[in-house]
Amino acid sequence: MMIYLVLACTLLGIPLLAIWGSERWGAWLFIVINALTLLAILALSARVLQSGSFTAGDDQFMVDDLNMLLVLVDGVVGLGAAFYSRSYMVHEIIHWSLTPGRMRLYHAMFQTFLSTMLLALLTNNMGILWVALEGATLSTVLLVSLFHTAEGLEAAWKYFILCGVGLAMALFGTIMLYFAAQRTLGDGADALLWTHLDAIRHQLQPQIMAIAFIFILVGYGTKVGLVPLHNWLPDAHAGGPSSVSAVLSGLLLNVALYAVLRAKVLTDGALGTIFAGRLLMGFGLLSLLVASFTMLRQRDVKRLFAYSSIEHMGIATFAFGIGSPIAIFAGLLHMIGHSLTKSSVFFSVGLSVQSVGSREIQRIHGIMKINPFLGWAFMLGVLFILGMPPSSLFLSEFLIIISTLQSQPWLIPMLLLGMGVAFAAIFPRLQAMVFGSIPQNAIRTSTIGNIPAFIQLTLVVLLCVFIPLILVQWIQHAASLLQ
Amino acid sequence: MLENIHVALWGVAILKFLAALLLLLAFAMLAQRRLLTLINLLAWQGAVLAIGTGLIAFMTNQSELWFSAALTLGLKALLIPVVLRRLLRRLKVRGDVEAILNIPLTLLAGIVLVIFAFSLSQPLSNLSSTVTRGMVGIALAAVLLAFLMMITRRKAISQVVGFLAMDNGLFFTATSATLGMPMIVELGIALDALIGFVILGVFFFQMRDTFDSMDLQHLEKIREE
Amino acid sequence: MTEATILQIVQIIFVLFAAPLLSGYIQMLRALLQNRRPAGLWQPYRDLWRLFHKESLVFTDASWLFSFTPYLIFAALLLAAGIIPILATGLPLAPAADIIALVGLFALARVFQVLAAMDTGTPFATLGAHREMLIAGLAEPALLAALFTASLLSRSTSLSMIVIHLEQLRFALHPSMVFAAAAFFMVLLAENARIPVDNPATHLELTMIHEAMLLEYSGRHLALMEWGSMIKLLLYLAIGVALFLPWGIAPVSNVVALLITVGILILKFVFAGLLLALVETLLAKLRLFRAPEFMATAFLLGVIGMLSYFMLGA
Repeated sequence: MMIYLVLACTLLGIPLLAIWGSERWGAWLFIVINALTLLAILALSARVLQSGSFTAGDDQFMVDDLNMLLVLVDGVVGLGAAFYSRSYMVHEIIHWSLTPGRMRLYHAMFQTFLSTMLLALLTNNMGILWVALEGATLSTVLLVSLFHTAEGLEAAWKYFILCGVGLAMALFGTIMLYFAAQRTLGDGADALLWTHLDAIRHQLQPQIMAIAFIFILVGYGTKVGLVPLHNWLPDAHAGGPSSVSAVLSGLLLNVALYAVLRAKVLTDGALGTIFAGRLLMGFGLLSLLVASFTMLRQRDVKRLFAYSSIEHMGIATFAFGIGSPIAIFAGLLHMIGHSLTKSSVFFSVGLSVQSVGSREIQRIHGIMKINPFLGWAFMLGVLFILGMPPSSLFLSEFLIIISTLQSQPWLIPMLLLGMGVAFAAIFPRLQAMVFGSIPQNAIRTSTIGNIPAFIQLTLVVLLCVFIPLILVQWIQHAASLLQ
Repeated sequence: MLENIHVALWGVAILKFLAALLLLLAFAMLAQRRLLTLINLLAWQGAVLAIGTGLIAFMTNQSELWFSAALTLGLKALLIPVVLRRLLRRLKVRGDVEAILNIPLTLLAGIVLVIFAFSLSQPLSNLSSTVTRGMVGIALAAVLLAFLMMITRRKAISQVVGFLAMDNGLFFTATSATLGMPMIVELGIALDALIGFVILGVFFFQMRDTFDSMDLQHLEKIREE
Repeated sequence: MTEATILQIVQIIFVLFAAPLLSGYIQMLRALLQNRRPAGLWQPYRDLWRLFHKESLVFTDASWLFSFTPYLIFAALLLAAGIIPILATGLPLAPAADIIALVGLFALARVFQVLAAMDTGTPFATLGAHREMLIAGLAEPALLAALFTASLLSRSTSLSMIVIHLEQLRFALHPSMVFAAAAFFMVLLAENARIPVDNPATHLELTMIHEAMLLEYSGRHLALMEWGSMIKLLLYLAIGVALFLPWGIAPVSNVVALLITVGILILKFVFAGLLLALVETLLAKLRLFRAPEFMATAFLLGVIGMLSYFMLGA
């Protein structure tokens, strides 16, 4: 019942916003819908904490500790993005002369995106998971090209084609999974239900599962932004509105990684070897290194942080690849922390870009002087994303390093190299951007819009310093599901 | 699974024939120069797909597959090609496809991909019964050929045709290896395809408005700094 | 003389006299499809009769090759007609050549035709000869690839054995055979100078490939060459029919079934002729430098057929 409530709240928002999204109170409607969704999610999480995991709708929907965590993060970031979007879009509407039709499209597509994310997390059916992720891709294509610039169109096209191809590979992997499952579970929809698959995962045919996992990893990995399938990510983040970039980094990457992890559990059960783990480690490390070094050459601030997203997802993937309890715990913590922090960074970046009027790093400086509130949010956000304490990312990265020391010590230099280069790429630029003189033609943008950024950053600090025991146990339960 | 169901041998033979036809059409699309013929070949692929699904529905008495076959016929063999042709006319695209590599080289690359697909599906062939042996390999080869077609084309519409052809190949994989996916999943996939198509249509007009051309060279301006 | 020998001779005579009928049928279909008045089924016979009664002129500078070639080609094709199982399998001449030697036989005929054309020294004939070798050089690998697929399936290169084996696999439609069929059909179009590779009805010398080599012949020589082309078309169609539509052919022992075989054969040729006429009407002639692409596609299709058999067992 609870699951339905959450889904209903978010799905009903789509037609409402399609009709009324361009009114003056359209943005408030957007916020209200997401606030209601968050309330429903909180109720759902209370239920899960009390009674554990459960399924609904004839086993079609499922909640356990793992996806409940991600759903909760989704709710928070979703509400934050909605709140931010209100203030942010006021300026963009004027700057790009967006028609009411396009604003309706913006709100409706945004809500569709948030709904498909929740659907993907709450469904028990691997096939519906694919459908939801494809839906998420489709709804964001038009969002990326919202401003109808040449750059936006190119970014949207690349996004559509590359993610489309990736998802086609993932579909093939899902079909192979179904093929393997049919031998034990028979025909019918039950063979794609994760709970059923999990129960029989040791009976799945190893060769088929290996092929299925490779395709699923390549397919969903494209959406996670794993190198070398990451080409769409920087362009898509840079080309669209910052509110969209925030949820792309904060939500989509997480859900895609979640899909890979569900498949990994089945593959590990079927194969009994560390095949899947090794693949994840390889891709993760590669993403970390390539992203870090590419960050050195970036001149566009949004592309810089897009590569930072690739880097962090690489770290998380690497952690899940190692597979020890500490590593999985750290990986989950990293996913949550990155989601909250990166979206807040994009919130601040978006407002900064609006103030200065350009995305080039060299032209952004003096944010602190333009708007101290914004400046502090920006600075703290970026420091946290770099892994400075008291950010939870510091904690998760530290735990990952420890678990690597325990299992694969020879990888430590590469890990540290990647993190170090990323630090070196961002930190000097941060100083230049936040401090310094105010550039010409700088305007002072909304302050209220950045409140979510602060709230999320506070949550991140709490996760590190003052994490309640319930939460720790919760994440530990989720981690145990992944072993 | 086809092992568990008693299936007429002639039905399986026709199914294998349809699989080969699918790959043949994918190959023909790869070697094609004219956009209009490309769209027609896509329509034929959709028809082959629908016939195959209908055949399996007939052989295994699954009524939902009839619905799936009808949906495929309506969507992939009729609606989408018709819309593509109209788009072609309205956008006033020139009829020639400009390929990045010349055609014999593209075909050679296609052969390499076919070998790759066949070798990848060999363990699967060994596992399944003799009836489905080879069909998954052929379907995967069709998918990869469509993928190659997408990479080696310049015009946006031919990339879309490649994308749809890839979708066709995947659908056939599902139908031949697993006798179709569960209904709800198939409906979802069809819905996604339709919505994706609508979005592409909107996108084409945006592209035409911004660039006055459907050539993808204009979309290659973003460079790494 | 045994039944088999009689049947052998009957087959050769059948090919000899059915070839113009087949050509006439295809021409008639093309005319009907293109909304023209057909010249009639028996027109090729009338043409041959007329040519045989005309004087045959030879260049004074031409060597013995020029007048010898028509007879050689005719003889080679008649030999091929004896080898290919059209009416029955296991005929006495069948072991004389397997498919590779058969391809070689066709190649022999073609080489002499080309040499004779170059022998005349006229520009158009030489032009035709060069183009013919271009097409043939690319068509042969494709033909061999297609035929190898069939021979891999039946583990033999003798055409008779292949047909017997394929006929027994009653309903096993192998995907590899589908690819081989596509490749074979494309080669058929190329080797027999059909659209889209060459237009057999053209009168513009610059567009000719095959016709150009016949330009200098007249009288009975021309009759023999033309008849040879018709026989070649029949033989190619017969190979295609034998490989890809093998049902209904009888081993040599069963004479009663022979009539059924002939009936089914006529049906198959009617169908094949219709297919050929349709393809010729619907396609346009390719520009010459696109012809290699056409042949490359045929070759790669043949290779896919072989791969499909090797790697998938299908």
